Amino acid sequence: MRKRLALAVPLVLLAVLAVVPQLSVDVPLVFNGSLDSPGTLGLLALCLVFAGVALTYDLLFGFTGLLSFGHALYFALGVYLTAIALTKWEWGLVPSLLVVAAAGILVPLLLGAISLRVGGIAFAMVTLAFAQAGQVLVQKNPGNLTGGEEGLGLNYDAIPDALVGVVNTKHLYWLALAYAAFVFVVVRWAVGSSPGHVLQAIRENEQRVEVIGLSPFRFKLLAFVLASFLATLGGVVWLLVLGTGATPQVTTANFTLTLLVMVVIGGAGTRYGALLGGFLYTLLDQRLGSLAGSSQVQDLPNVIRTPLSEPLFILGTLFVLLVFFVPGGLASLGGRLRHLRRSAGLEGGAR
Amino acid sequence: MSTFVLLTVTGLGLGAMYFLIASGLSLIYGLMGVLNFAHGAFLTVGAYSTWWVSTHVGGGAGTKLLVGAVAGLAVGAVLAGLVELVLIRPLYRRPVEQVLVTVGLALALGALVEAIWGFDSRPFPVPAWMIDTTTVLGARIPNDRFVEIACAALVLGGLTAFLRFTRYGLIIRAGVENRAMVTALGIDVRRAFTLVFALGGLVAALAGVLSGVYFGAVDPGRGTSLLIFAFIVVVIGGFGSIGGTAVAAVVVGLIQQYANYYASSGLGDLAVVLLLALVLLARPHGLSPKVAH
Amino acid sequence: MSLLAVSDLHVYLGESHILQGVSFQVPEGGVTALLGRNGVGKTTTLRALMGLVPRRGSVQLAGQELTGLPTHRIVQRGVGYVPEDRDVFSGLTVEENLRLSERGGEPRYELVHELFPELKTRAAQRAGTLSGGQQQMVAIARALLNDNPVLLVDEPTKGLAPLLVTDVAVALERAAELATVLLVEQNLAVVARVAQQVVVLDGGKVVHAGPAAELLGDPERIKQLLGVHGASH
Repeated sequence: MRKRLALAVPLVLLAVLAVVPQLSVDVPLVFNGSLDSPGTLGLLALCLVFAGVALTYDLLFGFTGLLSFGHALYFALGVYLTAIALTKWEWGLVPSLLVVAAAGILVPLLLGAISLRVGGIAFAMVTLAFAQAGQVLVQKNPGNLTGGEEGLGLNYDAIPDALVGVVNTKHLYWLALAYAAFVFVVVRWAVGSSPGHVLQAIRENEQRVEVIGLSPFRFKLLAFVLASFLATLGGVVWLLVLGTGATPQVTTANFTLTLLVMVVIGGAGTRYGALLGGFLYTLLDQRLGSLAGSSQVQDLPNVIRTPLSEPLFILGTLFVLLVFFVPGGLASLGGRLRHLRRSAGLEGGAR
Repeated sequence: MSTFVLLTVTGLGLGAMYFLIASGLSLIYGLMGVLNFAHGAFLTVGAYSTWWVSTHVGGGAGTKLLVGAVAGLAVGAVLAGLVELVLIRPLYRRPVEQVLVTVGLALALGALVEAIWGFDSRPFPVPAWMIDTTTVLGARIPNDRFVEIACAALVLGGLTAFLRFTRYGLIIRAGVENRAMVTALGIDVRRAFTLVFALGGLVAALAGVLSGVYFGAVDPGRGTSLLIFAFIVVVIGGFGSIGGTAVAAVVVGLIQQYANYYASSGLGDLAVVLLLALVLLARPHGLSPKVAH
Repeated sequence: MSLLAVSDLHVYLGESHILQGVSFQVPEGGVTALLGRNGVGKTTTLRALMGLVPRRGSVQLAGQELTGLPTHRIVQRGVGYVPEDRDVFSGLTVEENLRLSERGGEPRYELVHELFPELKTRAAQRAGTLSGGQQQMVAIARALLNDNPVLLVDEPTKGLAPLLVTDVAVALERAAELATVLLVEQNLAVVARVAQQVVVLDGGKVVHAGPAAELLGDPERIKQLLGVHGASH
């Protein structure tokens, strides 16, 4: 019965989400227009993309216990390589995607093989170093490929018409939904597979795994490449969904840190935590900004209004509060409430 | 030749700033095992406090800078001390959460600064004599470089003396090696923690002030961009070692300058980052504090 | 009157239930030896008394409860600790190692220098460059420096040459004149020499407590409880 429930919930969720672009429903305060309006759909698409990307980070951090500070590198790889292939080299969509997919496997394979030679904080620092190198590379604008500080605009001719234009926002929404769903399925499968169980064991006690003759390195590398590849795909989808082109912001350490924040807010290593965290964070990040500009907030005294005008301040503070009081993230709240009710029930009953 | 001298002194000037921000990081991680991502925020807040106070003070640029700097350093120290007391100390036995909290704090503080003053850079009060140059070995060197180097040397001397000759210095040196044993001698290490954080904040704020002089302006991203280099310096120099941090800071600053000029612009930053990766791969255990906490 | 009263002490390390309700008394004065096979939890017991591992149960020093207190507070109540691996600070000099352990009052440097004259001659030497025996002296000296009513000493003769073992035994005898010593020791000759009481651990519990002479005079019992023959090591 439990297994069927576990299967039913994501399917129902998917169905509900798939139907959204057909719903002419208003959700005041949360969204600026009705659910089927391009503005709202665009926002939801972005939220879904980051839900997926957050989950790719969780595969590394929450499930395998690898704290990487350089995950942005692989996302940026997807973004920039696609943009460059489409715009600078003027390739078609399919060859571009093939090249990006290949890079999305080879680059983490190489860098991961190097980074995973060390563990713990050293690993975190090496991944940071590589990501930094990527950031520097993009800034340097070699051969005028990356557009440096200004970023790289996108050549719309190469993109299929169905994905271009405001009218087709709902297609982009479905693309983002498909991405998030795909990542969810792959991660679920990875975690439930035998290599996945080995990864869990590695996270808990690496020495024990070595003792039974398995090489933790191979499994960690597998997780690393998979997570990075999925992040690269996320970069491609992000590029298409946003439509404005590549920006160097996606190469920064800050970007990886926001992924970390998303995962922790949602609940690291849980089934839906990262998805939830990525979705909510993006939603808040986008909407809080407009909220700050709204008339109600404008009337507030400066001391309150100014910090509120920066979504990152609210999100950062929220993050700190969550780490203190709800370390399991939002996903753990359900468990906590159950626990509270149960213990309250026990107190009431006969002792 | 003169270019080389200019590069060297500039590299030393940069290295001076890296040392200042890295020394606090190094002590904090060495003693407490906390990777303090908020350290860059201490720098930014210190720099902005200096700038803000300087705009409310009369007199020449020198006075503005001095008064502002005193304020900035004080703010840096107090902020860091408060952060340790309120956010880090309660999470004593939860090291992962401690790091996460510093990440959240870094993001929040950075956003706060940006919210209040926007993301454009603000001009820093720099007295004329610092902008002037002195000719050394045929090279025209802006005097601010000497100020940075002098400040870093003073801090290096001060920190070393503090560690060698005071009781708290003794506690910190022992604690970096074996925190548990220090408590087993009846010493409350937590006070040393707060002190180290406050000291780190003070020195980071100084780095912020000097960076304002060096670049002539402050912007909200300053702390973050310098923090990366500080991490690199700390890793190469060894956690908890002030001397090592100093040497590494000089090496990083120089390599960055030389490579950026002699090879190609931007390559210096790349070289330094790759140096980090190399050191980590060659000496992964150089990163863990010497005895388990 | 027992100076140290341990009652129903439980310690979990990871998933292992190492101490499963350890209870014993340490009478005031002299040396009480804590014995047991390898890995039975003797060191863990001392660490639990020090508050260095999470523990449940009761530990009373002169009637005052210690279990709620953090380690540094426990030590400030007058507990000196000589850990199993000595844990001297290698980067600090001998003199600095000792100075660090000063807790106010009048640190007993004459006593320490009398017992271990080498510590005076090597005062400026970095502790990391000392031999194992010399480091052991530093570790014991640290605990003796202050007027601690209780000393917890963990395997001080481990890995030491016989001559040094004797030095340590002499130091323990001197210490026992000034404080109550709870001594974890595998070397039964040392135990026979310095201890008046013994407490034996097995299976996470105390299985024997009584006068040292009584147990040490009973080779069958020794073999049964500790799995060793005779007293020489």
